[in-house]
Amino acid sequence: MAKQHISFNVNGQSVEVLVEPRELLIHTLREQLNLTGSHIGCETSHCGACTVDLNGKSVKSCTVLAVQANGGDVLTVEGLASGGGLHPLQEGFMEEHGLQCGFCTPGMLMRAYRFLKECPQPSEADIREGMSGNLCRCTGYQNIVKAIQYAAEKLQAPEETP
Amino acid sequence: MAATAETITADTLKGVGTSRKRKEDPRFIQGKGNYVDDIKLPGMLFADVVRSPYAHARIKSINTERAKALPGVHAVLTAEDLKPLKLHWMPTLAGDVQAVLADEKVCFQEQEVAVVVAENRYIAADAVELVEVDYEALPVLIDARKATDADAPVIREDLAGKTEGAHGARKHHNHIFTWESGDQAAVERAFEQADVTVSQTMLYPRVHPCPLETCGCVASFDKINGQLTVYMTSQAPHVVRTVVSMLSGLAESKVRIVSPDIGGGFGNKVGVYPGYVTAIVATIVLGRPVKWIEDRIENISATAWARDYHMDGELAADSDGRITALRINVIADHGAFDACANASKFPAGLFNVCSGSYDIPAAHARVDGVYTNKAPGGVAYRCSFRITEAVYAIERMIDVLAQKLDMDKAEIRFKNLIKPEQFPYQSAFGWQYDSGDYPAALHKVLDAVDYDGLRKEQAEKRARGELMGIGLATFTEVVGAGPTKVCDILGIGMFDSAEIRVHPTGSAIARMGTITQGQGHQTTYAQIIASELGIPSDDIQIEEGDTDTAPYGLGTYGSRSTPVGAAATALAARKIRAKARKIAAHLLEAGEDDIEWDVDRFKVKGVPGAEKTMKEIAWAAYNDLPEGMEPGLESVDYYDPPNFTFPYGVYLCVVDIDRFTGEISVRRFYALDDCGTRINPMIIDGQIHGGLTEGFAVAMGQQIVYDEGGNLLGNTLMDYYLPTAVETPHWETDYTVTPSPHHPIGAKGVAESPHVGSIPCFSNAVVDALAHAGVTHFDMPYSAYRTWQKLDELGLNKR
Repeated sequence: MAKQHISFNVNGQSVEVLVEPRELLIHTLREQLNLTGSHIGCETSHCGACTVDLNGKSVKSCTVLAVQANGGDVLTVEGLASGGGLHPLQEGFMEEHGLQCGFCTPGMLMRAYRFLKECPQPSEADIREGMSGNLCRCTGYQNIVKAIQYAAEKLQAPEETP
Repeated sequence: MAATAETITADTLKGVGTSRKRKEDPRFIQGKGNYVDDIKLPGMLFADVVRSPYAHARIKSINTERAKALPGVHAVLTAEDLKPLKLHWMPTLAGDVQAVLADEKVCFQEQEVAVVVAENRYIAADAVELVEVDYEALPVLIDARKATDADAPVIREDLAGKTEGAHGARKHHNHIFTWESGDQAAVERAFEQADVTVSQTMLYPRVHPCPLETCGCVASFDKINGQLTVYMTSQAPHVVRTVVSMLSGLAESKVRIVSPDIGGGFGNKVGVYPGYVTAIVATIVLGRPVKWIEDRIENISATAWARDYHMDGELAADSDGRITALRINVIADHGAFDACANASKFPAGLFNVCSGSYDIPAAHARVDGVYTNKAPGGVAYRCSFRITEAVYAIERMIDVLAQKLDMDKAEIRFKNLIKPEQFPYQSAFGWQYDSGDYPAALHKVLDAVDYDGLRKEQAEKRARGELMGIGLATFTEVVGAGPTKVCDILGIGMFDSAEIRVHPTGSAIARMGTITQGQGHQTTYAQIIASELGIPSDDIQIEEGDTDTAPYGLGTYGSRSTPVGAAATALAARKIRAKARKIAAHLLEAGEDDIEWDVDRFKVKGVPGAEKTMKEIAWAAYNDLPEGMEPGLESVDYYDPPNFTFPYGVYLCVVDIDRFTGEISVRRFYALDDCGTRINPMIIDGQIHGGLTEGFAVAMGQQIVYDEGGNLLGNTLMDYYLPTAVETPHWETDYTVTPSPHHPIGAKGVAESPHVGSIPCFSNAVVDALAHAGVTHFDMPYSAYRTWQKLDELGLNKR
């Protein structure tokens, strides 16, 4: 199958790759670009372990073709934190015990990242609804809700002054 | 170097009892986990499996030519190719054999027929489509209750004429074993003399653990050194090493199994599957690393499922509700091969804990295992071997009895619960329950939820035609397999192990025979060592899962890490402390009896300031030792538990059922657990939330359904129910602490209790909502449709 030459931004870096037209974005990210944070859990867009941010929207990268990302902007868990620290969501998941096996976590974080931009001051019901495309088998979601509340508060709070 | 004696506080020690933040989290939240599918080795090929579309069929021919001709395909393997290596069949954990690749016939839909090895996963998937298999369909057996009919199809032709199985006589071509426990004659007498008896047929449906990461491996054979390394999603890497060595003929020292980060197990990753075996064969044959990763359909269809117990329960009782006898008969559907994951001598697991938390004088249980044309299994889905089935049976039966006697469901429990003064309690089935105070736990829960108020509200709602149910479960688990005198897997006793090395500067590394899959071992084991040795847990590195470095252990499943692995950890630490005491006495020029341990140091009794910290002792262990003592500060412990542990809990659930739609809303779920000593309360709460959510999934929607032709109806996450954050209830947790008297730190294990205990609690709540309509039992799952059908049958949905 003739390969396509595509280029896009991943975590602020421009990349160029050769892909078969049928290659899924998750495979390009994981196998060509070695960004293995995003995972494959179901291949049917139900579990959300492969969630990344594409052009300002959450997408399930197991059901997006790599060629659809051509010219686009992709953010994965590897690019979530900036400046060497942790993103408030990453802090929240750790503080509130929002993960166990960790397999769903990158997808959860990336969905929560976009969700908090869509809904910066969410209620618990908003969070549960907004995260309903991401499945977790370990936590029962209760601490994931708390982790996102933690991040929402931190993102809303004015910058701390020394 | 003279180490300074810093003061260690509870804050810096982070020992047992503190909610220490998890050491695993930093890598997972930054996308730096290392799961099997993340592993990429130079020259790695991909394996994909050709599977049967038929549940039962003879294979007339397999044509692999077109697949082999596809560019990028390196090999196509069938049973014929594995025969010369004698690897076309493999032993199962249950003493049966299983076809690695179908040998002349297929016995369940999605059975492994051939394996394709190719340059990448896309070419492998293409090649799978090009393998041509000609099948001749055979009659299919799906209903376990018809498995031993005289005219039932013969599923296992390879067992023709074998009247003796791994667990005694086989009575029929589809019969695997009969297993019995208890005193049948005493039970019969009790039933004859009883004021009242009840009986109930119950199905515990076939379900799948469905961890978010599927099973997979990367097998890599180094031809020059003759060394095989397999990175594998395994809950039991050491046992797998032994099995791989036995199957392959490679010396066990040449086999290295590594369980890296594992994306949830829940029992699904205990077994050895054909995909692993074929990847190993492929790497040995081709000399290149081979990766095999299941997709979700393969995971749900072919690797280990759980339950499928068809149960008939009976209770005999006095007219005042005192139970006098219990009898349970089970038909256990094991699928086409008995690949049940149990301790070898327990073909029905620990099912004979089915007398539960109750003081029942006479009991008898019988389980008959049968073959059907379904996937082989089954494993313990977030529970100890067959405990979930046992607990479900008794917790449902006691409610059936309460309804027959028109007794309150809490009152009948108080009447029958084992009393605190009866511990250690000898059950009618022969178990010795270690410790507990069941009535106190039940009182605590009833008070917390205002049980009387809830019953009053229910009565008012019932009068208005509304459906509200209150479910109770007062359950006891038996976990921590187990004492090697009774528990083994393939002849290896079910001990577990820990090895600790304290470095000269006072930090430490410890390795265990267990393997975490989300339970947080890297966090909690360090807390145990911290409390025993006074080394801050942040200075203790925990490693598991690499058979080249970790001591041999039986792995993590059946809630055995805390009862067995944590016990080994504590005892290994105590060996170090015993040596440290001798060194301290030498350094302090005092007698061993004259010094005492205090948090992180030994002190000379009555001499303020005469003390040596563990850090100072560690340094001395490498340069300033008592005469004749060997240097170093290390220990290893292989722990053979004297008994199982018996965690317990009291759960209460309140449901409201929409009588027009069948939708069930869980208004309240209150879970009190007693797991003995609590190592990390934050992690315990997390484990309980997770277990309750898995229990909720089982009760409300999970079921692996086959049609009469053996077609699996629903093997993607579109159809197989995993609840989202929206449906999942809010959980309330509580606890009591009754340490296990025989465990070194009194801990019992906790992660599986919420799954085991919640499922009957949901069932009891749903049945309770319908009890006034004469319902004594209603099989799971309680999807809105199934519940609506029930309401329609009862006429409760009429306006």
